[in-house]
Amino acid sequence: MAPYNDCMITELGHFALILAFGVAVLQMIIPMIGAHRRLPGWMAMAEPAAAAQCALIALSFGALMWAFINSDFSLRLVVENSHSAKPMLYKISGTWGNHEGSMLLWVLIVSLFGAMVALFGGNLPPSLRARVLSVQAAIAVAFLAFILLTSNPFLRLATPPFDGQDLNPLLQDPGLAFHPPFLYLGYVGLSMSFSFAVAALIEGRVDAAWGRWVRPWTLAAWVFLTIGIALGSWWAYYELGWGGFWFWDPVENASFMPWLLATALLHSAIVVEKRESLKSWTILLAILAFGFSLIGTFIVRSGLLTSVHAFATDPERGVFILAIMAVFMGGALLLFALRAGVMEARGVFGLVSRESALVVNNLLLAVACFVVFVGTMWPLVAEMFFDRKLSVGPPFFNAAFTPFMVALGLVMPIGSVMPWKRAGFMRALRPLRYVFVLAIALAGFAFVVQSGRSLLGPMGLFLGAWLVAGTAVELWQRSRSDWRRLGRLPRADWGKATAHAGLGVTIAGIAGLTAWAVDDIRVAKVDAPFTVGAYTLTLNGVEETRGPNYLATIADVTLSKDGDKIAQMFPEKRIYPVAQMPTTEAAIHYNFARDVYVVIGDEQLGGGWAVRTYIKPMTIWIWIGCGMMALGGILSLTDRRFRVAAGARKTPIAQPAE
Amino acid sequence: MKRLIFILLLLASPLAAVEPDEVLSDPALEARAREISQGLRCLVCRNESIDESNASLARDLRLLLRERLVAGDSDQQAVDFIVNRYGEYVLLKPDTRGANRLLWLAGPLMLLLAGGVGFGYLRSRSRATATGDAPLNADEEARLRDILDR
Repeated sequence: MAPYNDCMITELGHFALILAFGVAVLQMIIPMIGAHRRLPGWMAMAEPAAAAQCALIALSFGALMWAFINSDFSLRLVVENSHSAKPMLYKISGTWGNHEGSMLLWVLIVSLFGAMVALFGGNLPPSLRARVLSVQAAIAVAFLAFILLTSNPFLRLATPPFDGQDLNPLLQDPGLAFHPPFLYLGYVGLSMSFSFAVAALIEGRVDAAWGRWVRPWTLAAWVFLTIGIALGSWWAYYELGWGGFWFWDPVENASFMPWLLATALLHSAIVVEKRESLKSWTILLAILAFGFSLIGTFIVRSGLLTSVHAFATDPERGVFILAIMAVFMGGALLLFALRAGVMEARGVFGLVSRESALVVNNLLLAVACFVVFVGTMWPLVAEMFFDRKLSVGPPFFNAAFTPFMVALGLVMPIGSVMPWKRAGFMRALRPLRYVFVLAIALAGFAFVVQSGRSLLGPMGLFLGAWLVAGTAVELWQRSRSDWRRLGRLPRADWGKATAHAGLGVTIAGIAGLTAWAVDDIRVAKVDAPFTVGAYTLTLNGVEETRGPNYLATIADVTLSKDGDKIAQMFPEKRIYPVAQMPTTEAAIHYNFARDVYVVIGDEQLGGGWAVRTYIKPMTIWIWIGCGMMALGGILSLTDRRFRVAAGARKTPIAQPAE
Repeated sequence: MKRLIFILLLLASPLAAVEPDEVLSDPALEARAREISQGLRCLVCRNESIDESNASLARDLRLLLRERLVAGDSDQQAVDFIVNRYGEYVLLKPDTRGANRLLWLAGPLMLLLAGGVGFGYLRSRSRATATGDAPLNADEEARLRDILDR
């Protein structure tokens, strides 16, 4: 229970939220009028308003977190999602582990990005900055209204209970504690690209400078989204107990679609910046990428497509978000239809060129996103229009989506070495010929060794090697085959190389895991060794213990190979009495070549325990690759071109590309 | 308290997906069963195949499937048997009949369409001349350069 003198903090948080709504309304209207009528004072109002709005929402969020930390059970939300015996980390993460709190986090991040533009946007023209902040405020207004009207986190209970109902135990995990904030930073970060796009449409002008301004924001959002998705998939891998890492669940797709479009946007914005082409397409992508973030929010919040994550099944909320989506998407697309004609392309380039390669990249990513979208929505469409109740699951997505990623992987190194403007196809390909031979050799080797299994593994290895080695060759070429120049290449080059190689590593990991995993299900008796693949496992014993807010059954398993002990493993299963829910805690022995994944099941009637063992080759590569992609994004963000107040460029602007 | 813990642990028991007692003795048959069950949905779960699910219904379906396979059904016959009983909702990979053609063709058709538009755009860019290439006047260019150099 919170001490009595702190009880006001909740009301302060509630009040700050209402005040933030008022500030956001002003920030939405005044700078927009100011930009239209060229009134500097009105435009300048946007920055302090953005800062104030962010501070107020942060205050409100802090107040909610305070209530969770102190287990203030006079708050309905805390009662429903917390428990006094819960570890501190999950009391904190409980703040956003529920519908109301996560929406507050959502809007906090919207305002945070607005405040960042106010802070770092000094080099933007005043009218563009005012309009961007105004659009950003409009998004905040919509979601603040949503929170205050349908999902107020600060509602009190007349008779507070003694203790809470606990957070969903599956969410009580370090990986998942930080999964939503990253994901939201990504989702919501795309609101910045959206605001830039809408502001540019209102302004009626998109030029190279716009391309340069919008890129770092998109890149930052993309980095967060990448980390968020990777954390979520890693969590699913170790927590759900059978070692799957991606399930094509509607909620996963909801985060994946914005990622695909953000990736496309990153690349098309390069063409806008360097070559003043693809302008209207880039604007459209920026609008759609945020649109898919809204769709994602809608899918998760409405519970329309039921899935593990849909904790809010409330039609009123769903309709509200649908209305927000209709207003923002409808408005932005209408504006786009009216203004897109104004933005003519200026750059002229040949059919074989970097520009064309980037168009192919965008095409593949956008169509892949479309496939995921259709697959996600199809059960709904089929039920509404064709009266068929059906499922669209992983087998569909694996078959319909994977070809696009394979094509993307094949084209990527070729596009990367392609010069801007005009290129000779064969000449551009020449440096890649050794890479091709290497990748083929590797795939062939894998094919021979695996003897008669599916082509998936060798193909994945081929793509992985093709991407990683192709990237290395490109960097080498860029340094004009001089290793001293390699260190002096712009960070953006290193960032690009790291991210591209990361995709290769992830693809190889996914293929390796999918093609070569081995599993074993058996009743293991204590002290009776059994073999799985090249490994020997021995169940030494099982004991029962208590954790802070759960009861656990822990097995002690020795993992060895060729008679040498490798590790002691402790797979666990838990029951959370308050939430009445069991969870599995698999024991995983990670290394670069494979994971050994052990799950303990039930005690069997005839003695012994059900034990499931999986050998999963190259699994860690999936997340190493994701980490490389995120790192690549961060490297690019620290490139001197993006740094605020960086010195003048060394190369004159007339040279279009490096 | 001890008794309470014991009861709670009992409650926690249905935790595993495929149980050891379900596994068929013939490895080839078991491999087929695993393969098929990855494509069948656990009807009471949210987005899990019966191969992954802990629910008792999923277990029943796994046993039923194995029964059919042991009785000599082909993969297709076994799947059809289950679809006849539970409807096409049970299939994680939708069939290609009727309206589902739209679903399966959505990607390829969109690729063709987008590819056509994209190719048209690229060709127009490669044929365009630099005539309309200076919509900015000198002042604007200077301003642009100023902004870009910051």
